[in-house]
Amino acid sequence: MSEHELSEQPLDTEIQTHINGRPIARRVRNRATLAQFLRDDLGLTGTKLSCELQVCGVCSVLVDDRPVSACTYLAVDVDGRQVRTVEGLACNGKLNALQSAFVENFALQCGFCTAGFLMMSTSLLERNPDPSEHEVVEYLDGNICRCTGYEPIVQAVLDAAGRIRAAGTSDD
Amino acid sequence: MTDSKMKAHPVFPEHSGKSFAGKAVLRRDLKEKVTGAAVYTVDVVPPGCLHAVVVRSDRAHARIIDVDRSEALAVPGVVAVITSDDLTGLFPRFGHIVPDHCILAIDKVRYYGEPVVLVIGDDLYSASDGADLVRIEYDELPAVMTIDEALAPDATLVHEEQYASTGDESFSAMAAAPDDSDTALPATDNITHSHELAWGDVQAAFAASDVIVETLIHFPMLYGYAMEPYNSVAHFTDDGLHVTSSAQHPYMVRTDLARVFDLPLAKVRVDVPYLGGGYGTKSYTKLEPLAAIGAWITKRPVKLVVDVEGAIYTTRADAAQTRMRTGFTSDGVILAREYEVILESGAYADNSPLVLAKAVNRAFGPYRVPNIAGRGKSVYTNTAPASSYRGFGAPQGALAGELNLDQAAEQLGLDPYELRRRNLVHPGEEILPGKRGIDADLHADLGMLEESLKRDASDQPMHGIGVGLAASDAGAFPVSTAIVRIQTDGSAVVMSGATEMGQGSKSVLVQLVAEELGIPMEVVQVVQSDTGAGSYERTTGASRTTTLVGLAVQRACGDARRKIAEMASEIFECTPDLIDHLPGGISGPDGLSATFGEVIQRWFGAEAGEVTGVGTVRREGVTQKMPPFWEVGVVGVEVAVDPETGFVTVEQLVTVADVGFAMNPKAVEGQDLGAATQGLGYSLYEELVYDGPQIVNPNVVEYRVPRMGDLPKKIDTMIAQRGDGVGPYGAKGAGEGALNPMGPAVASAIARATGKWPDRLPLTPERVWRLMNGLPEADDLG
Repeated sequence: MSEHELSEQPLDTEIQTHINGRPIARRVRNRATLAQFLRDDLGLTGTKLSCELQVCGVCSVLVDDRPVSACTYLAVDVDGRQVRTVEGLACNGKLNALQSAFVENFALQCGFCTAGFLMMSTSLLERNPDPSEHEVVEYLDGNICRCTGYEPIVQAVLDAAGRIRAAGTSDD
Repeated sequence: MTDSKMKAHPVFPEHSGKSFAGKAVLRRDLKEKVTGAAVYTVDVVPPGCLHAVVVRSDRAHARIIDVDRSEALAVPGVVAVITSDDLTGLFPRFGHIVPDHCILAIDKVRYYGEPVVLVIGDDLYSASDGADLVRIEYDELPAVMTIDEALAPDATLVHEEQYASTGDESFSAMAAAPDDSDTALPATDNITHSHELAWGDVQAAFAASDVIVETLIHFPMLYGYAMEPYNSVAHFTDDGLHVTSSAQHPYMVRTDLARVFDLPLAKVRVDVPYLGGGYGTKSYTKLEPLAAIGAWITKRPVKLVVDVEGAIYTTRADAAQTRMRTGFTSDGVILAREYEVILESGAYADNSPLVLAKAVNRAFGPYRVPNIAGRGKSVYTNTAPASSYRGFGAPQGALAGELNLDQAAEQLGLDPYELRRRNLVHPGEEILPGKRGIDADLHADLGMLEESLKRDASDQPMHGIGVGLAASDAGAFPVSTAIVRIQTDGSAVVMSGATEMGQGSKSVLVQLVAEELGIPMEVVQVVQSDTGAGSYERTTGASRTTTLVGLAVQRACGDARRKIAEMASEIFECTPDLIDHLPGGISGPDGLSATFGEVIQRWFGAEAGEVTGVGTVRREGVTQKMPPFWEVGVVGVEVAVDPETGFVTVEQLVTVADVGFAMNPKAVEGQDLGAATQGLGYSLYEELVYDGPQIVNPNVVEYRVPRMGDLPKKIDTMIAQRGDGVGPYGAKGAGEGALNPMGPAVASAIARATGKWPDRLPLTPERVWRLMNGLPEADDLG
């Protein structure tokens, strides 16, 4: 059934959420995905879409510190929750350890999958600050990259983990 | 004369060797890509933009009887529902070789998934609601879904007429009739294009051969899966048509759009922000005409983004069926090769004629073959249209050529390295008569490969090693331009029509300009891929950018320096020969020197002005002989096969990138590992499967691409730099090589592990398990 046939019912809902630490109150379409909300309503286009079936990992963002696929997660469901996206990683224009490690290890080429890898890696390092190579591979196996052949990404995550541990604190 | 702004001593650092080129500098584009700030086409939404959704055919081959748009038009927010009937006054097709590709299906649909109707709405919601309500009535026609069906006598014709070629000279040999004929010739078969290659006396050579080996192999139907699906946004203004698109070749797309709307080239502007992957799949025209007709009808900007399924039904790669027969002396010297490549090219030609020509040229490999008879056909079927994909033609061709050599090695009792060595050409030797000789040392590359593979090889059972070599006559037609604009502060803008699709061209252009002008990389700005505000580039394909655009940029820098020297000689009132080049400036007589900025300001008499250097590349000088370079592929793998499940583990992946000069070695390694990984993808996992009229796996769930867990246990990406390319500092193209011969390397490795030779890719666990157990292919079971 198309939306206009349901037009006697409200098509949108008021939500209150935090995006990258900032409070946001908006009316969102009931049918809008989190990706549409981020990209179209808030202009946070760093989150990309690819498979739209939750299997490529490109649109991964963190909701209450848990990675979700923004392609299928409904915008209304972030009501009352904290959302983190790639735009929230750098601090005052300075790349964080993970972002720097990705750049320095050539862990991206076209960059379309990168936001998803960065958010999943953020989640990994918050749970496990000292992952083995195997643990990195296992955690990121749901993220597809077509450019790099993955090895530089594994190296970047291990490199970042080392830097964060050396700094004694996660700099997110 | 002296001047207060002119310094008595050079202030520039000692300039010896190269400062930027050849260094693993951090890539310019990566920082904005890790912050989410980088703009891709899909992020571009102009004010007042409408959104389009495509209604696709749900038949493989059918006449369109009626399109009922009434319900769709009743949806609030739907602005237009467009069919091909609405395109009166336009040229309703596109195609850079033959313009056979309907923007929207005309009279009939030729494949499941073909665009029939374009629904445009205020937003995506209304457009997709409207699209759901379009009713199309069809009258089904018999369909040809396979090569065999398409080539059968009295087969249904996918196209009833042969199309005149476009005006593009390099493609003219690939079309049925010249452009000046108004009357279309009726088609008599489903052959899109044929290509032949012949020299020597093949029959006599086979008669003289001691060993003859024949191979029949199937190359799968692939989807390149650039992670950003195709998308375009178009609008018309008084200045003409402006399209922002996910296109590798904006200038080629511009030509197609100018033909559709009968506009001067200058009134069609195509620009391309960052691409989310290209791999050849974004070559040539895709969605641009659809977005543009939407804008033409509605007089508003129209954006069209397709999903992965829509992308697969827009362009996939040619499947191939290849037979290769080779005659050898008893000691393994090739006497003759005879082969046929048949490409399954889908419903529209797109770039398949060129893919075919390249597949035929690239099938026999970088070997001395005294007698050859190669031929190929690209065949129309009622399936999704095929076009370019990374390496185009080379993976299809090399699969047969190399696998055949490995089967021969087994029969001749030679190891795969030795058989190749006995036939491999040496640097400078021609493999295609009259073409450029091989500009690579493949003997040395093969030695590096062998050394690395043997160093870590296991002699356990169910392990096998496979190697693959390939040589591609790069389809890089040398037409390139570049503009370098030096500013009053000595900074520089470089303009090129080459697209940044992830390969790192933006960074390479910066390195080159910094090197050539002797200025810091930080003061070089890049403007790329905008036909309205940039410089012409024929394509971004065939690994051409570093070599050809690189030459154009070098020449543009030289031109700018010459102009600055002339200006300086005016300022210094000396003859031009007294002006010398310094990094970032010039020196003059009497120990005088000046920076570029000082010369510009002084000459213009104000803190204003700029110097524009122009560089061009065409078929002359170092780029006279075709191809401008050979892109070779040198790869090896070791696999382990699980005897219970047929699951293949890649124990070793070894590649040699023979690139002449690596402008950025880390970037070259990255391109090579990426290409090799895509090669492992089509060798082991990837295949689009038709069952009836439609693809059963048009999505990333069931079309399985390599994942992180598939990482080979050992990866060795080596770079050979011998300065043997025609590009800057001896560079030549990179980025496809490692993909091209990966299929045969993997297939041979699995054959050596299992003792059985496969006849198709990808070698999924089920296929390998069936192969090991002598069971028939599931595909072949009725």
